[in-house]
Amino acid sequence: MITALRANVFPVRWMAWSAVLLLGVLAVQPAEPNSPEAVSDATTELAGGNATVFDVSPKAFGFPVPGLDEDSRTSFFIGHSFFIRNWVAGGPPATRAGLGPLFNARACSACHANDGRGRPPEPGQPLVQVLMRVSVPGAGPHGGALPDPVYGGQIEGQAIPGVRPEADVVATYAELPGQFGDGETFSLRSPTYSVINHGYGPLAPNALLSPRVAPAMCGLGLLEAVPESELKAIAERQAREGHGVQGHLNSVWDAVAGKMAIGRFGWKAEQPTVFQQSATAFNEDMGLTSPLLPQENYTKAEAAVCEMKSPTGQPDVSARILHDVVLYSRTLAVPGRRSMTDAIVLRGQKLFEQARCAVCHAPTLHTGASDFPQLAQQTIHPYSDLLLHDMGEGLSDHRPVYDATGNDWRTPPLWGIGLVSTVSGHTFFLHDGRARNLTEAILWHGGEAQASREQYRNLSKSDRDALLAFLNAL
Amino acid sequence: MKASSILILLVATCLRLPLATAAADLPAKSGATELKRAVIANYAALASAGFQDSLETAKKLQGAVNELLAKPCEETMAAARQAWLSAHQTYSFTETFRFYNGPIDQVEALVNSWPIDASYIDSVADAPDAGIVNDVASHPKISRAVVISLNAKDGKQNISTGYHAIEFLLWGQPPEGRGAGNRSWQDYADGAKNVERRREYLRLVTDLVVEHLETVADAWANGDSKNFRGKFLAKDPKAALADILMGMGALSGPELSGERLTTAYETKERGEQEDCFSNSTCDDLINNAAGIENVFLGHYTALSGEKIAGPGVFDLLKQVDPAFAVKLSEQVTTAVAAVRDIPPPFDQAILGTNEAPNRVAMKKAITALQAQSSMVAQAAKVLSIRLKL
Repeated sequence: MITALRANVFPVRWMAWSAVLLLGVLAVQPAEPNSPEAVSDATTELAGGNATVFDVSPKAFGFPVPGLDEDSRTSFFIGHSFFIRNWVAGGPPATRAGLGPLFNARACSACHANDGRGRPPEPGQPLVQVLMRVSVPGAGPHGGALPDPVYGGQIEGQAIPGVRPEADVVATYAELPGQFGDGETFSLRSPTYSVINHGYGPLAPNALLSPRVAPAMCGLGLLEAVPESELKAIAERQAREGHGVQGHLNSVWDAVAGKMAIGRFGWKAEQPTVFQQSATAFNEDMGLTSPLLPQENYTKAEAAVCEMKSPTGQPDVSARILHDVVLYSRTLAVPGRRSMTDAIVLRGQKLFEQARCAVCHAPTLHTGASDFPQLAQQTIHPYSDLLLHDMGEGLSDHRPVYDATGNDWRTPPLWGIGLVSTVSGHTFFLHDGRARNLTEAILWHGGEAQASREQYRNLSKSDRDALLAFLNAL
Repeated sequence: MKASSILILLVATCLRLPLATAAADLPAKSGATELKRAVIANYAALASAGFQDSLETAKKLQGAVNELLAKPCEETMAAARQAWLSAHQTYSFTETFRFYNGPIDQVEALVNSWPIDASYIDSVADAPDAGIVNDVASHPKISRAVVISLNAKDGKQNISTGYHAIEFLLWGQPPEGRGAGNRSWQDYADGAKNVERRREYLRLVTDLVVEHLETVADAWANGDSKNFRGKFLAKDPKAALADILMGMGALSGPELSGERLTTAYETKERGEQEDCFSNSTCDDLINNAAGIENVFLGHYTALSGEKIAGPGVFDLLKQVDPAFAVKLSEQVTTAVAAVRDIPPPFDQAILGTNEAPNRVAMKKAITALQAQSSMVAQAAKVLSIRLKL
């Protein structure tokens, strides 16, 4: 059985301007004057303030912030060990046991290899480092997504021996040709996702799917320490300035605090803290229980098969291990910037600002209080406002989560983006890795980013190269 | 070094206090640039000699593995293990040349990845059909391309190749309790399950280590302006010195003190040691630390007996801040001594109470290596070099 969903429909207006381009009558848009706020003050190599490390090797995302105290360093390296190593079936007291019964990966590092970005599979191969969220229309508890009655909140393509995996998800791509202002052609690949090999019957007929690639891990603790007031101020400023860019915060359930909180993490900003994100990933991606999420991750429809496979008792991930993995995730340093005085990089930075990319990819944020002195009161340069923005129909997953619509995506931080090829061995970008390089990632921007995308598309080749040189120096 | 002085250093690092900013204040000394270039050139010579030795010992391992495969018996198995120990201990000297995207960083994941999930490669006690060797259905033919493509696939512990894959293939799983593994040579003799696949696997992964170390040795070879060494010598001396210090500091702190010692110390799990199949981690740790010392002092004695000696980081620091140079020199000596003091074998050294002499020794090494790392970051400041670690 095949459930093919058109996760993305190519925007009609894109087709329209492509046609116009072919007729050669579209004038190059003049660069808009940039507002003072959009001008980057990121003139330091210390992208993460005191939480910066200069390493350009494949390990560049994997260093602890400098100067951790002894206890924290110890936790960091234990967290690292639990992050990279495989878990097995069974349960405590055996170490790293309790995997499944259903899971996507045996280790955090399966998707965040080298603490870096996940890679989409070859066309036609099942997703591994990209996971497929699934839900049905309506709102679940606290207003979040409503899980599929049979498959739950995501498709788990693996299972321990004796249990059927839920299903496989495969991607196929259609090439969509386009043209730069100077006539050079490009092609974007538009994915279609199919759920195959259903292990537990059909998905709900109105199921909503959303593919999510594993993001890079660096700087999470800094992003967590940016005060809510600063993010709200950015949203208000964007609304005041107009220009069609108006980000907003997600409002999500914080299970520890027992109340709604702003969302910061995940492609739709649906997690409030690194702690909750980590516990959720353990539970949903690896089938591991923890003090925060003591229930195994399967639905009633799957219980007959899964129940006997789940030893009850103490959680698979102990409080100590969860603490250490969370500490590890929060204290991974940010790679320092490179080539900052290079003339081409500087020109690229200016073009980035002129095209108003920096309105959402905000160069500078400030952290407030933190339990780690290295993360507190820092001026940081993530190139993100952490806000949700309408990115247009082309990128939409048509699957709302809390206050994030199908078109909304959280501005992903750009720090370290130039090291992704070194760390992760590829340059696939965007939420599902459809973009094969940074150029394609920019060209997919629509919605609120349409005008910026059009400015980029109409830059000369050398200016486009300069903009890429800037990004690759982040 | 006492905990209090480490704390001061850490705090100083956090606050970026000008503990030693002499470099910026000193008048430009004639010859300062020449000394920098000499230190960098000598470093390149150390790297070249180190990787050449590493390659030579890897080739000897390759020869010994071929002997084992040609005539599997007790003696050829023992000889292959001895060759592995020699090759890996020689490689350990060179790990200070990592962490700046140099030649070894391009292939390190295929040469020395760990930790390793043994069941990813071959049978283990509770899973006799496990591993690529036994998975004929998924991998009908074991080839170079297959082995490379499976390395770190779907998890960083899913290691298919490199020194530790070879280590597992030569020693096998350690027994219950403690000690090294003792895989039988009969695993490579006619009649063993999937023997041809295991033989081919061992031959391939050994060849791959040699092949990858060759690329590194070539990149550091003298007399080629186009290779990495040529470019390294030609680039801004400050950038080259930043690389040198990054390699020393990153190996000393996050890698040795953190990943290789702290985790094993805290969990007391023998699987947390780098050489968990041969249980020979202590020897490698000593050479890791000695490799940092070599770069600091600017010397290395090659396996041929040839002595390479020239100005090192120490000499550069002496010129700018003699007092700090001596302090770091003392710390480097302390760190090497502390690592030497860990009583082998490693799987025993992690056991016991925190007051047990072996664990006291290990904790000392953890502390000394971390302090060394912090001081290397401090050395960068002394030399007005951009480095945060």
